Amino acid sequence: MARKRTTITMEVTRFRPGEDSEPTLQSYEVPLRKEWAVLDGLNHIKDHLDGTLSYRWSCRMGICGSCGMTVNGKPQLSCATFLVDYAPGPVRVEPLRNFPVIRDLVVDISDFMTKLPKVKPWLIHEGETPEGEFLQTPQEMDEYKKYSMCINCMLCYSACPVYALEPEFLGPAAIALGQRYNLDSRDDGDRRDVLASAEGVWACTFVGECSTACPKGVDPAGAIQRYKLTAAVAALKDFLLPRGARR
Amino acid sequence: MSAYRQPVSTFWWLHQWSYLLFVLRELSSVFVAWFVVYLLLAVSAIADGPAAYQDFVAWSGGGWVLVLNVVALAFVLLHAVTWFALAPKAMVVPHVPPWVVLVGHYLAWAVLSAAVAWLVLR
Amino acid sequence: MSRRRSPEPLVWLLFSGGGMAAALLVPVLLFLFGLAFPLGWLPTPDHAHLLALVEHPVTKLVLFGLSVLALFHWAHRFRYTLYDGLKLKAASTLIAVVCYGAAAAGSVVAGTVLLLA
Repeated sequence: MARKRTTITMEVTRFRPGEDSEPTLQSYEVPLRKEWAVLDGLNHIKDHLDGTLSYRWSCRMGICGSCGMTVNGKPQLSCATFLVDYAPGPVRVEPLRNFPVIRDLVVDISDFMTKLPKVKPWLIHEGETPEGEFLQTPQEMDEYKKYSMCINCMLCYSACPVYALEPEFLGPAAIALGQRYNLDSRDDGDRRDVLASAEGVWACTFVGECSTACPKGVDPAGAIQRYKLTAAVAALKDFLLPRGARR
Repeated sequence: MSAYRQPVSTFWWLHQWSYLLFVLRELSSVFVAWFVVYLLLAVSAIADGPAAYQDFVAWSGGGWVLVLNVVALAFVLLHAVTWFALAPKAMVVPHVPPWVVLVGHYLAWAVLSAAVAWLVLR
Repeated sequence: MSRRRSPEPLVWLLFSGGGMAAALLVPVLLFLFGLAFPLGWLPTPDHAHLLALVEHPVTKLVLFGLSVLALFHWAHRFRYTLYDGLKLKAASTLIAVVCYGAAAAGSVVAGTVLLLA
């Protein structure tokens, strides 16, 4: 019987700003344990092999959205991706694609942070706000619930070739979050100027990889596709109906 | 600060199967356009009389036209399947689950195809 | 407002209409006229029957609608394929003019052929 492997090689991107002109890969042998996620492997490296390695993480349970990385070419949450699934290895851990690399596995997501508020991701209510709770039926909540599951982990931006090619593109998560409020029965906001712009939904060519990459089942590609139809019908109404008849 | 900007290859769509499938899906439109050309050639051959129509059928039965039509049919089928798969995402009908919208599209496809075949072959 | 003047919703509607029309009608037509008849898998319909079919105004209207929508479907998709697949965003205006212009010209040709038929 072949001897059971007890370690796996992790090839990790290293990049020191100001010193390296481009990233390089560094290999580490880490224990292969069935309960270890890629993030546990990185923590092992940091604690026992090389304290200079930089990466982001926090909750270890798929809710903080900070440990997104490219694992064997695919955008993944490193806390939800297990080393045994890549045995015998090696497993390659790189920073998220489509973002500038600050150091090692840490990327700069300020582009998203400036885009997100543009879709006004909050409830905009006109008229009287009810006293106490703002009631909503379970059916009304189901309309937008899946879009509200976004944890801003940026895996969708990393998977999106349109964002790679056109950095002005508003992007999957921001549009899905705009739809999250558009579809909320308590919201009267108008987000068309931003969402239905050339950098908004019209830039999307429905590759669909954002929805494949999403660890929370948000389906940004579906949100975008649905908003295209909404925006196109609204534009048609503007064109056909006299000004007074518009809602 | 000197952050590293990750380059994007012009041939990014060769790096992953799903990206390649996307580009093939988009290229299906070229064969949709070819179909329009072929359709108009067929219509004008039919309008020009029986001899022209016979020539057109003979011309279609061999060589590059036949090869092109075989490839075009494959791409057009890819277009139809991917199109129907995406349709329920855009058309969200209240109280109707997405799979019903999907099945509806396939039913419409089957009915229309049968109707066209019946009209032509009757 | 600028968004009211944006042509994107219009071309997207043409693209979508063309995508739907092409998905529903092109496979059967291409199979019959491109493969089944030329290869003799099915008996070729006689000329008089097809002529009667093509001369019918409803057929002309359907084929004209299919041609126009399918051409604009191509124009829109191919435009984005050139932008993204070959990183040609710099030439975006030229590509758009050529693609939609070709679709418009093709529509005129389709109208002429069908009217004369």
